[in-house]
Amino acid sequence: MLRLTSSRLGSLLAGRPSAALTSSSKGRPASQQKVSDSVDMSRPTYYDRVDMPLPDKPYKDVLSDAEEKLKQKEKGPWSQLTNEEKVALYRLKFSQSYAEMKAPTGEWKTVLGGMLFFLGFTGLVVWWQRIYVYPPRPRTLEDDWKARQLQRMLDMRINPVEGLSSKWDYDKGQWK
Amino acid sequence: MSLPKPVMRGLLAKRLKFHLPIAFGVAITTALMYKFAVTEPRKKAYANFYKNYDAVKEFKAMREAGIFESVRPAGK
Repeated sequence: MLRLTSSRLGSLLAGRPSAALTSSSKGRPASQQKVSDSVDMSRPTYYDRVDMPLPDKPYKDVLSDAEEKLKQKEKGPWSQLTNEEKVALYRLKFSQSYAEMKAPTGEWKTVLGGMLFFLGFTGLVVWWQRIYVYPPRPRTLEDDWKARQLQRMLDMRINPVEGLSSKWDYDKGQWK
Repeated sequence: MSLPKPVMRGLLAKRLKFHLPIAFGVAITTALMYKFAVTEPRKKAYANFYKNYDAVKEFKAMREAGIFESVRPAGK
């Protein structure tokens, strides 16, 4: 239950919850399921997050000999480290810098494009519905009916103080 | 590393001192504007309407237009 496959880990960190919950090996018989490289979620993991700057563990914890030597040199005065060594130490600790994490992805173009595409598709659906689904237009929307309806409302003195009938000049038979 | 100690108390009081007069002012102004833009004209409109209102004349006009079911126009 605490084992997490790396594919689910990637989608978890990208902030998409549904991908993490779906099982990729569902439906396969037990003989075919293979153990992909899993991550033990009960231990601290590394993450690149803009809102949490200090991950629970460094990016690389299995170090080669050269890297071990560099880590020993790091214990001394830092003024003795060259710039390349400082950058190497940074890259041991972190996978992506803040600049790399925040780099624009252009995802908004996909989002906007997809949105507009489906909006357009919806327009086609509505058009089809207007031809094949909608019932006949009610007769109360015909011009003649609406004119007679307005005349009746004026005859009944609807809203005579501030509303409809107040705008009609009864002596002259026209709008004020 | 000798930074001044940040302000720890009275933060809400300070915020309220600034925002409460504004809030009251905006609320009162809105109420006054509504009064003079909506309610006063409405009261005048009603007063003007009923100043020279002849109910019988209006009734006769409506009856002639044929909208009532209890009384038909005078000719019938």
